[in-house]
Amino acid sequence: MSLDAVATALGQVGLTLVAIAFMVAVLEGGLYLLLVRILRYRNAVPIMLVAPAAVGLTVLIVYPLLWELNVSFTKMSLRNFGDPGFLGLSRGWFVGFENYTQVFKDPVLKLTGFWQLLGQTVLWTASNVTLHVLGGLALALLLHRRMRGKGIYRALIVLPWAIPQVIALLVWRTEFNFEFGAVNQLLGLAGIEPVRWLSDPFWNFLAMIITNVWLGIPFMMVIILGGLQSISADYYEAAEMDGASSSQAFRHITLPLLRPVLTPAIILGTVWTFNNINVPFFINPNELETSDILVTAIFRQAFQYNRYGDAAAFAFVVFLLLLVFTIVYIRFTGSLKGAYE
Amino acid sequence: MSGSTVVPSIPVVKEADRPAKGAGGRHDSRRKRAVIHLLLIVAALVAAFPIIRVFGVAMRPGNRILDSEFSIIPPGATLDAFRSVLFETDLPLWLFNSLVITTGTAFVGLLIAATSAYAFARYRFPGRGLGLTMLLATQLIPAAMLLVPLYILAVQLKLTNSFVGMVIALSVTSVPFSIWILRGYYETVPVELEEAAQIDGCSKLEAFWRILLPLSTPALAIVFLFNFLAAWNDYFLARILLSKEPLLTWTLGLSRFQGQFQTQWNELAAASIMISIPVVALFLYSSKWLVSGVTAGGVKG
Repeated sequence: MSLDAVATALGQVGLTLVAIAFMVAVLEGGLYLLLVRILRYRNAVPIMLVAPAAVGLTVLIVYPLLWELNVSFTKMSLRNFGDPGFLGLSRGWFVGFENYTQVFKDPVLKLTGFWQLLGQTVLWTASNVTLHVLGGLALALLLHRRMRGKGIYRALIVLPWAIPQVIALLVWRTEFNFEFGAVNQLLGLAGIEPVRWLSDPFWNFLAMIITNVWLGIPFMMVIILGGLQSISADYYEAAEMDGASSSQAFRHITLPLLRPVLTPAIILGTVWTFNNINVPFFINPNELETSDILVTAIFRQAFQYNRYGDAAAFAFVVFLLLLVFTIVYIRFTGSLKGAYE
Repeated sequence: MSGSTVVPSIPVVKEADRPAKGAGGRHDSRRKRAVIHLLLIVAALVAAFPIIRVFGVAMRPGNRILDSEFSIIPPGATLDAFRSVLFETDLPLWLFNSLVITTGTAFVGLLIAATSAYAFARYRFPGRGLGLTMLLATQLIPAAMLLVPLYILAVQLKLTNSFVGMVIALSVTSVPFSIWILRGYYETVPVELEEAAQIDGCSKLEAFWRILLPLSTPALAIVFLFNFLAAWNDYFLARILLSKEPLLTWTLGLSRFQGQFQTQWNELAAASIMISIPVVALFLYSSKWLVSGVTAGGVKG
């Protein structure tokens, strides 16, 4: 660790902080002069407060999205690399909606097309979210009682969430090694033939799901545990007096009262799993296309095959898909009602 | 904020408030208790197994890296791997880089989010509803979608292989989530407290600074932690923006490490342990607040 590198790092980050503080000050000052002094605008204060975030998000999210939209109409690639300009017109890169129609016709990766990737993504998302919720619910119900060692159980079960994800993934990838990985060695102890976790399409997909279920259950468990704690014990006492069985109490008290916690957690979990680029990327070192989901395909198309125009159109299709799903789901469950009041 | 049935604020339900019996409201029989403990032990083992094993692997001597035994302390246990990772690789530098980037990011993110969240919580202004919806919508954007434009933008602005680009990009990505959490928390603080301060002669912004912000310390800490952990665990942004050896973050360094020394499994394990321990400690310490932060800000029944 050289002194030089340390100084560079501190200098760059320090400079960035100073620069950002300066820009915020200039922005606020300018807005103050414009809105308060010159226009005497009624809503000047909240607008000034929101301005830094708005500018930051515009520069780093809205502008990149518009740039991406622009590129999605061009044939920008490794061969046609550079600033495309407006729709690539001046460079003759403009292809109209061709990239969008190609998404559904040609293979998105080397062999695999959109529909197969969509199928893999749906399978990936549905199985993960289902197992996360069921596993989390089961563990939360087990832990939701007065018992010895509760804190220790909780701390141990939360570990997969607490560990830096990249480390967890590197460890799992190593443990799935055909010869030396713990998974096959444990299977061997049980007398089961070793499995090609990293090179066989079926087993690799399963390995990804195993890893992600292991990673994701703690979050659901903790959220559901919080929900369980907010249910008053009075309900259960009343139910017991009325002679309800514990399965009836679970169905008619626990589940309905967990809904306000479960629905948003499921939406979040679905979006996170759908957009999970880490797990399918790290647990698939042989780059099997059968283990790719839509978002990893976007990454490969752009950064490994350098098909920027194609990848941009593809990314917008995927984004719209997720947007439509989320809107329908939120409308259907009414889960965000009251969040704006 | 009406009709919120979820844990509304940061201090979580205290031990004493929890029901004395099982979730079903009944006293558990001895046998049931034994089964519950058994199931939880199995779950804890599954959750902790890879981690326990990593400890074993890290202590393996060089000639037994690929052993197939499972003891926690392997035969001929040694701490050589820890020593060689610390003194013969760039791991300390990578960790330092990550720490500097992450701290800067968390501060910028917090600064930007704290003030915007205040506007969303306490003012009604044109574009408020739209703004909140847009903040939610950003959570749907696949990370891979922004990577290409951010990369090109960084190339054009000459911000690749520089921590400037990393801090700017990372701090903004966590702003939407931070605003939602902080806004949720601010709204649980009675507005009367600020009004009283205004009667005593504070301006509205002074009341924010002197009353609301200090009262929101737990939420601010949560948001800082969220931003910190998100940036600490970032891999893909670093992968596209940083390529020079002395600038790598630990995520990049470690994954290259594994690529280069496929068989130096004990060193990977040793490095993993050293990186994880502070993060896990921090996480376990703050997990109660982390979770109620999610439920207070993001989850509204």
